[in-house]
Amino acid sequence: METPTWQESVFRALKAARVSVVGYVPDAGHAHLIKSAHADPEIDTVVLTTEEEGIALSAGAWLGGKRSVMLMQSSGVGNCINMLSLPVTCRMPFFTLVTMRGEWGEFNPWQVPMGTATPHVLTQAGVHVRRADHADDVAEMVGASAALAFDSHIPVAVLFSQRLIGAKVFVK
Amino acid sequence: MSETKRNDGTLDRREAVSVLLRDPGDLLVVTGLGAATYDVGVLGDRDQNFYLWGAMGGTAMIGLGLALAQPKKRVLVVTGDGEMLMGMGSLASVAAAKAPNLAIAVLDNARFGETGSQHSHTGLTTDLEAVAAACGWTATATARDMAEVEALRSRLRAEPLFAVIRIAPDEKPRFIPPRDGAFVTERFRRALGIVEN
Repeated sequence: METPTWQESVFRALKAARVSVVGYVPDAGHAHLIKSAHADPEIDTVVLTTEEEGIALSAGAWLGGKRSVMLMQSSGVGNCINMLSLPVTCRMPFFTLVTMRGEWGEFNPWQVPMGTATPHVLTQAGVHVRRADHADDVAEMVGASAALAFDSHIPVAVLFSQRLIGAKVFVK
Repeated sequence: MSETKRNDGTLDRREAVSVLLRDPGDLLVVTGLGAATYDVGVLGDRDQNFYLWGAMGGTAMIGLGLALAQPKKRVLVVTGDGEMLMGMGSLASVAAAKAPNLAIAVLDNARFGETGSQHSHTGLTTDLEAVAAACGWTATATARDMAEVEALRSRLRAEPLFAVIRIAPDEKPRFIPPRDGAFVTERFRRALGIVEN
């Protein structure tokens, strides 16, 4: 499978932001990032059983002086809510890239409720939400949002729209 | 007051924790919300202690992030059975990450002590040491007397060990370590010499 160049540029933006810990719950839209992170000897890449673990992992990394990112899809956002009190209360950065489901050409109705709620519940929980819709500015969006999180010590989520990543195709 | 069960632990929680943390040196300690935070705090506030007052279920993963970021330091997570049960999946994530400098000590009274001492799963059907072993922790232990706690003290500072300490269910006087998370975070990072990130 050929990798879209915008995904390469997102990985380079994370490296430029000095991210060295990556936690993830897999998503097809993050597959390239996950593979690149595992292949990078300077990055500790941690597979999680549930998304809230990634918030705690990021907090621990920050306590120890490292910057991290958490990769998840929108269906996992609901698992995070109480754990988001950790970066908010401790005035820590938290940086997450969220691939959106349930919005652009979605086949699976079970993805729609959490996809619809994602920007709202993140905002309500104290996360600053940005949205990347276009391949040509997604890396810039990631770089600027990482700076916002790590320099201003706040939680920031970048939502990768389903149009950007491409709707998952189900074959009957 | 809940009835005593046959499988209740007998150890004094404060005595056990005071043994585990005797001469802590530069040990980095992360404490789970509730009594584990009080038990560690009452021994004397340290810059290298990170106390949780919330984020239930996250203590082990905070320990993992810290251990990955500080590979030359030892990290000890001290938490309760209820907190560990909520983050049980993290036993799998931590084992898979194979951080050699992280250990976990669970103070297991088989109770949710903060909320009315309801029985937890460890007093009903769940064996956390067996759960950890099944998740891939190669070093696990359960301490039932003070000699076993004493033996854990050095192992928890040398091995990636998951240890259960079977404490008695009685409540201790509450002790209140700092609960301003931003203060504790900044103090912790400064103690590690992290000035900019």
